[in-house]
Amino acid sequence: MSLRCSAARSLPALGLVLLLAVLPFILPGPFYIAIAHQILIYALLALSLDILVGHGGMISLAQAAFLGVPAYVYVGLSARAGLSPLPAALSALAAGTALAGLFGVLALRARGLGFLMITLALGQVVWGLAYRWVDLTGGDNGMRLSARPRPFGLDLGRPIPFYYFVSVIFLAALFFLRRFARSAFGASLRGTRDQPRRMAMLGHHVFRIRWLAFIYSGFLGSIAGVLFALSFRFISPQTMTLQQAAEVLLMVILGGPGTLAGPLIGAVIITLVKTVVSSYVARWYTVLGLIFIGVELFLPEGLVPGFARLRRRLGAALLARRRPA
Amino acid sequence: MSAALELRGVSKRFGGLVATREISLSVMPGERHLLIGPNGAGKTTLFNLITGDLAATSGAIYLFGADVTRLSTRARVHRGLARTYQVLTLFPHETLLHNVVLALLGMERGLHGVWRPLSRRIELTERALSALTAVGLAPSAHRIVGETAYGERRRLELAMALAQEPRLLLLDEPLAGLSREERERVRSLLEKIPRSVTVVMIEHDMDAALAFAERITLLDRGAVALCGTRAEVAADPRTREVYLGV
Amino acid sequence: MSAQFWLIQTLNAVAMGGLLFLLAAGFSLIFGLMRVPNLAHGGFFMLGAYLGATALDENLPFWLAALAAALGVGLLGAVLERALLRRLAGNEQGQVLATLGVAFIIADLCLMTWGGNPLSLSPPAWLMRAIAIGGFFFPAYRLAVLVLAVLLAVLLVALMEKTRLGAMIRAGVDDREMAEGVGIPVSRLFTTIFFLGAALAGLGGVIGGPILSAYPGLDTDMLPLALIVVILGGIGSIGGAFVGSMIIGFIYNFGIALFPNFAYVILFLPMIAALLIKPEGLFGRVPQ
Repeated sequence: MSLRCSAARSLPALGLVLLLAVLPFILPGPFYIAIAHQILIYALLALSLDILVGHGGMISLAQAAFLGVPAYVYVGLSARAGLSPLPAALSALAAGTALAGLFGVLALRARGLGFLMITLALGQVVWGLAYRWVDLTGGDNGMRLSARPRPFGLDLGRPIPFYYFVSVIFLAALFFLRRFARSAFGASLRGTRDQPRRMAMLGHHVFRIRWLAFIYSGFLGSIAGVLFALSFRFISPQTMTLQQAAEVLLMVILGGPGTLAGPLIGAVIITLVKTVVSSYVARWYTVLGLIFIGVELFLPEGLVPGFARLRRRLGAALLARRRPA
Repeated sequence: MSAALELRGVSKRFGGLVATREISLSVMPGERHLLIGPNGAGKTTLFNLITGDLAATSGAIYLFGADVTRLSTRARVHRGLARTYQVLTLFPHETLLHNVVLALLGMERGLHGVWRPLSRRIELTERALSALTAVGLAPSAHRIVGETAYGERRRLELAMALAQEPRLLLLDEPLAGLSREERERVRSLLEKIPRSVTVVMIEHDMDAALAFAERITLLDRGAVALCGTRAEVAADPRTREVYLGV
Repeated sequence: MSAQFWLIQTLNAVAMGGLLFLLAAGFSLIFGLMRVPNLAHGGFFMLGAYLGATALDENLPFWLAALAAALGVGLLGAVLERALLRRLAGNEQGQVLATLGVAFIIADLCLMTWGGNPLSLSPPAWLMRAIAIGGFFFPAYRLAVLVLAVLLAVLLVALMEKTRLGAMIRAGVDDREMAEGVGIPVSRLFTTIFFLGAALAGLGGVIGGPILSAYPGLDTDMLPLALIVVILGGIGSIGGAFVGSMIIGFIYNFGIALFPNFAYVILFLPMIAALLIKPEGLFGRVPQ
């Protein structure tokens, strides 16, 4: 029974792997393949944010910094200092993770909405630095990466190899997060979300648990950041605006915090809507604002948990109908 | 031998309101100590001061001879302190077993892993199950807390505290709101707590509390009105005075 | 650098502090009473600036343009509270994210209506000159901004300390449950406070127009400043908002003048210091 159980649980994962594998052959051209890998990058960022929002109950508006800072470090070290891709990428991950540690120390002084305000302020500091420190960042003009690397002869400059490169990293991160959610640490983190004082009374180090959640979240987000730099080969303060942070948060909240599928589905919907809306009218931010308000009014728990509840209710209704027979 | 718990002149003020006033109290290892007093006497505040949920305005708190006044709640727990709550603070969306597992995880030193699934830590599950068995909840181990009866949750509180193998256990009204049947059940569980555990209890059920306690402290308006053996406190006119307002 | 430089910068700093006070006072009151940081507050400020620019284009006198913009933005705030935030009562997280949504919509509609180029607002003609004090020349408009901010601060403190409405607001900020318990209609105060806070922000936008001008992104430039002022000054305190605004006005102005690369970092240092030393703010109480 446990075998069948785990097989049933792995079914969606297997489906996702298959879907990602065949997607380049279904999609009509490189433009769509590029959108597909961008969705995966944003989904990875959303999943990293969900460690804080879904598992930790900490709503952060600073996650765009983990897209931008590692991207700046990677592009800066590659294009300006001439570092080769691997050390540049590792430095970028280290920088993003260290930044997460710093953000955690500062933001965790406050709880709830105070926390949200501080993360917003921290996000703006990083944006402001990128925007104003022109000598280092190129200011509003941003920085450019000349070409994607070619590890082991694999030409990441071509759309399909790069898509598979992103897919493999995304799946690895997803697998990690699945383990994370079921681990002792994941359980403790959700405990601090639901009953922080009780957790302290049970002997848990609440601050340390939350701070480590920042570290994990920042590390995963930084992976998305390096992929972002490789994908667009360009980085500017635009990547770290409040709007960008809010978009990622919306992906999590729309899809459903605390689920693996939620942030992924949220990223798919938001990125597709953004791409479609932007290509017809220039009013994306109005649409983004309306989605925010709509989700809060009508779908506060998010799509995935909302859908699961609907299904349970339908299932119970069917059972109830069958029972008298 | 040093006391399991010692309070020296502990006061707590909230702005102008004095919640506890110069409380001094000493509980010896193995003792069953009862805190009584009318509502608002400062009993639960005193528990919160002992656990570190609240910081004392003045005075000092010692656990097993060590000054813990400035230590965090967590540090006090790792020195052998555990408590149950009057208002239940469980994890309502999780199973009973998971609640106890969280209590066990809290006692582990070092970092929790992010890779190994919790469900594969067999020894943790077994210890949690045996803690639940001890309070008669093993059959309900996999039910969600939110779907269980009030009496079962009270016993779960006890199981979580006992699973931590404390040396000093604070029980905040463990019998409150229970049916006669459940009350007997919890009473017999309390009787079975080994003597290696010191127990301080707040309880309004006088029959049960008096049968359980050896020494009693009477609190009134945030101060110790009386402290002595069961017989002394029961015989003292001030007990009647405080309780009945005679 | 000459004495003239330092004096002018100091005046610029207090003028900026005055503008920040108009922005942060309402933000702080809304946060204190409703427990919700209104993330559309920067948008209110920007909308005020744009409305003021349009009113000035119609040749309205400056004071009337300022009044009209304040009234318009105030009404928008009241409507938002009634139509949106009230539906999310009890869900504070939902309320914050809804105000974030509103902020995006305001920003986008401003961009659509007024375009991407900055609009400058001219101050009233009688203030377009320099005043000589002790041999130094000061721009009259900035002095006027400071006077107005001090005047409004005094008025607001009087409103809070001397009137029945103020007493009810203070009670609600101190302890909402208690206030409701003694029969103060706290939730009816929400609309009032949202109107007042939004109107002050809108007024700040017009008053600030001649200094900052109206441009896309003014909202996200101002919102973090309001956050820092409130974190520094404490939540729900008018006096705290005033002192916090002046501190930030100084740091912002001198930071930009002396270390343009790091203006933002320098700006956030006091916030970080305040958090580490006194998490509830210099004048604030610990929020419940």
